[in-house]
Amino acid sequence: MADLRRLARMLKEIDDQMVTCMRCGMCQAVCPVFADTGREADVARGKIALLSQLSDEMIRDPLQVKERLERCLLCGSCAAACPSGVKVVDIFLKARAILTTYIGLSPTKKLIFRGLLAHPALFDRLLSLAPSMQGLFTHEVDAVAGTSCARFMSSLTGDRHFKTLAAKPFHELIAPMDEPAGASGTRVALFTGCVVDKVFPQIGLATLKALAHAGAGVYLPGGQACCGIPALSSGDTQTFRKLVRANLKLYAGKSFDVLVTACASCTATIKHIWPDMATEGFSAEERRAIAELAAKTTDICAYLTDVAGVSPAAEPAAGPADGRVTVTYHDPCHLKKSLGIAEQPRDLIRANKKLRLVELPEADVCCGCGGSFNLAHYEISKHIGQRKIDNIRSTGAAVAATACPACMLQIADMASRTGGGIQVKHAVELYAEGLED
Amino acid sequence: MPLSKTLIEEFSNVAGADAVMTAEADLASYSYDAAVLTPVMPELVVRPKTLEALGHVTKLCNENGLPMTVRGAGTNLSGGVIPTKEHGVVVLTNGLTRIIAINAEDLYAVVEPGVVTAKFAAEVAAKGLFYPPDPGSQAVSTLGGNVAENAGGLRGLKYGVTKDYVMGLSFFDVDGQIVKTGGRTVKCVTGYNLAGLLVGSEGTLGVFGEIILKLVPPPAAAKAMMAVFDTMDAASQAVAAIIAAKIVPATLEIMDNFTIRTVEDFSHAGLPVDAQALLLIEVDGHAAMVEEDADKVETICKHQGASSIKVAKDAAERNKVWEARRAALSALARVAPTTVLEDATVPRSQIPAMMRSLLHIAAKYSLTIGTFGHAGDGNLHPTILTDKRDKVAWQKVEAAIDEIFDAALKLGGTLSGEHGIGIAKSRWLEKETSRGTILYSKKIKAALDPKGILNPGKIIGA
Repeated sequence: MADLRRLARMLKEIDDQMVTCMRCGMCQAVCPVFADTGREADVARGKIALLSQLSDEMIRDPLQVKERLERCLLCGSCAAACPSGVKVVDIFLKARAILTTYIGLSPTKKLIFRGLLAHPALFDRLLSLAPSMQGLFTHEVDAVAGTSCARFMSSLTGDRHFKTLAAKPFHELIAPMDEPAGASGTRVALFTGCVVDKVFPQIGLATLKALAHAGAGVYLPGGQACCGIPALSSGDTQTFRKLVRANLKLYAGKSFDVLVTACASCTATIKHIWPDMATEGFSAEERRAIAELAAKTTDICAYLTDVAGVSPAAEPAAGPADGRVTVTYHDPCHLKKSLGIAEQPRDLIRANKKLRLVELPEADVCCGCGGSFNLAHYEISKHIGQRKIDNIRSTGAAVAATACPACMLQIADMASRTGGGIQVKHAVELYAEGLED
Repeated sequence: MPLSKTLIEEFSNVAGADAVMTAEADLASYSYDAAVLTPVMPELVVRPKTLEALGHVTKLCNENGLPMTVRGAGTNLSGGVIPTKEHGVVVLTNGLTRIIAINAEDLYAVVEPGVVTAKFAAEVAAKGLFYPPDPGSQAVSTLGGNVAENAGGLRGLKYGVTKDYVMGLSFFDVDGQIVKTGGRTVKCVTGYNLAGLLVGSEGTLGVFGEIILKLVPPPAAAKAMMAVFDTMDAASQAVAAIIAAKIVPATLEIMDNFTIRTVEDFSHAGLPVDAQALLLIEVDGHAAMVEEDADKVETICKHQGASSIKVAKDAAERNKVWEARRAALSALARVAPTTVLEDATVPRSQIPAMMRSLLHIAAKYSLTIGTFGHAGDGNLHPTILTDKRDKVAWQKVEAAIDEIFDAALKLGGTLSGEHGIGIAKSRWLEKETSRGTILYSKKIKAALDPKGILNPGKIIGA
């Protein structure tokens, strides 16, 4: 058991953070996975207890702990509600990295992260071939949400109603940009993010339109790498470091006022997870650059409302039957719970006078996507998503809006499999639609 | 020897295969509760989804002599749901979450043991009624756990605690037979008052099935205020004077100087950091009475030397008063890695004496202790802030806890107002009661549970 002792020593590194959990169990009230399963090992307190017991050598099988650690959406609902302020997401990411170092990365993940994701150019090239072929394997099931089903069931796709890849990714539609500061005097750097680039390029286009309208000059470098969260949440710190470094080359030291993304997960990753996790293996200079970049990073909705001054349109005098389209809004966890951004996307939607925003019941409860959680634990993800789509349907809205493309994938799947008829859009798309061309 | 495969299969047969957990990591996640105690691994965890299955599981445990510990949300602060070392079985109730009835005509509700307290209170409120017990863990705690621990809360002074709301129970004895006690009527003298025995029995005498709870009409109005005092004695005298004036506030909370400063550091709510004590008071009832009581309380506090008093003018201000109280434990918990939350309780007139003892104990062992709590009912929460990994400090904490109990008992108080005895305080029980009490309790336990399978070791020890 000398080996387990080595693992125990590695886990001691996060002991100071883990010991702050007083086992009060209040996380049970907010954890979406626990709400579905009722199992202690699925909630933050249980996972932290398992990690401390592994580090105290009371548990002999680290694989079981790793498996349970991965049954987590990393939504941060527990951290936001924790009475003693335990940095749960931080602990989980570090523990995943430690366990992955100890046990090893699965061959599939190794192939995807180290063979593909870590090489942005190759990743882009391969996926740009995919759209022309995906029709062979899929068929459209919901034209409104834009989802498809696999023609042949595969272990990866199951019976999902997934969004197909865009015909052309954003980086092929828009050449790199390096504009001077715009009329407003600001220059904004744009970080596209994988899902916006490959699945929802229209969000990228809407972002550019909104930034132009706000009088901002845009810096959009080519060859962007993934923000790294998929690799990091699988414990692959090697790929994570590589991706952070690739992005640093494009953004660090360049002159711009803010870095915006239209992806809540990318924003939260660059703003919080880069400075927290990109420490080991980085030079002091790189760490400084990361801190600077993190400080400049913000969400597109927050930028447009808080900095560029976009405000809600005046409410029309007429009643509900005023011809406006009804929209409801889902709070992405990584936007509201990680960054405290909730009113800004709503204001952005209200700025479009053709829309009427109705509040969504349980708007800030996780949609159940959780990135690769959805792939590994589709049944739980689907149950959590079901409640979200039921709530969306209860509002009678024609459009379900949110501000994270990952939530959009999940909501589109759920909307489509429950009868379709609901459009799924990003708040910045809705705002841009209201701007005069 | 581990449990046999055949035996585990029998549990699967009565509760369903997906209701049985045997993997090491799953067992480990039911080895602790919210008390700062050493975890103990069970050998089996079962999560029945029907009351019928719960009865079968109980019977099976007894037939095989397996010690069973029933667990709700695991928020216990005295080790009440830490399982037994040899062949321990943890039985979860969080699969039993039906609210069977909320009867607005007869003012009662019938629930399964796994219903979450706050969810139940919200359902009751939606029907225009009120379920007052509000333990600090209500957002996650279960009603079964509340009854088993006789949980209290902030409203104890005026509205009482969980035991005051249990009208009746059905529970399983060790043979899995259903025992019924109490009922749906205000008056009921049929048979022994077994509900009275079972409430607060911490899972040692029976396994709850359906629980019948009393509901009351909600108060029409409420008013909250915050009074600032330069000395703890003045604050305590104000508490006594309020009660002497025949006013029973719904909530009457106290915070000491350390807690005030910590909360202020944490939430920047504008609390007076120089104050030695804060009283947070809420009166409720008929609107006219609330106005009158609030005026009287204000006068009394001023008369007793309050340096200032602020009455909440609207819901937002009222919320601000209670936010300060709600933040108390959170703020204290952030000061040090380990938070030991005690609940020694004294007659309310003895609060100043108890506060002095706590200051003395903190100084004697050079420990950080922040105290807040329910001044109206004498239930204080001295909260020791430490690091359990520091062996020397931890020994001091244990000695200090002993002295806290001693002090409370000397003042005519009790070991535990609302957290239960569990395994954390069982060795103290005789000191508060008598040898005869322990023997009598052990005789009851032996008669009802001859094999000693129901949460052994809790309350009266092994």
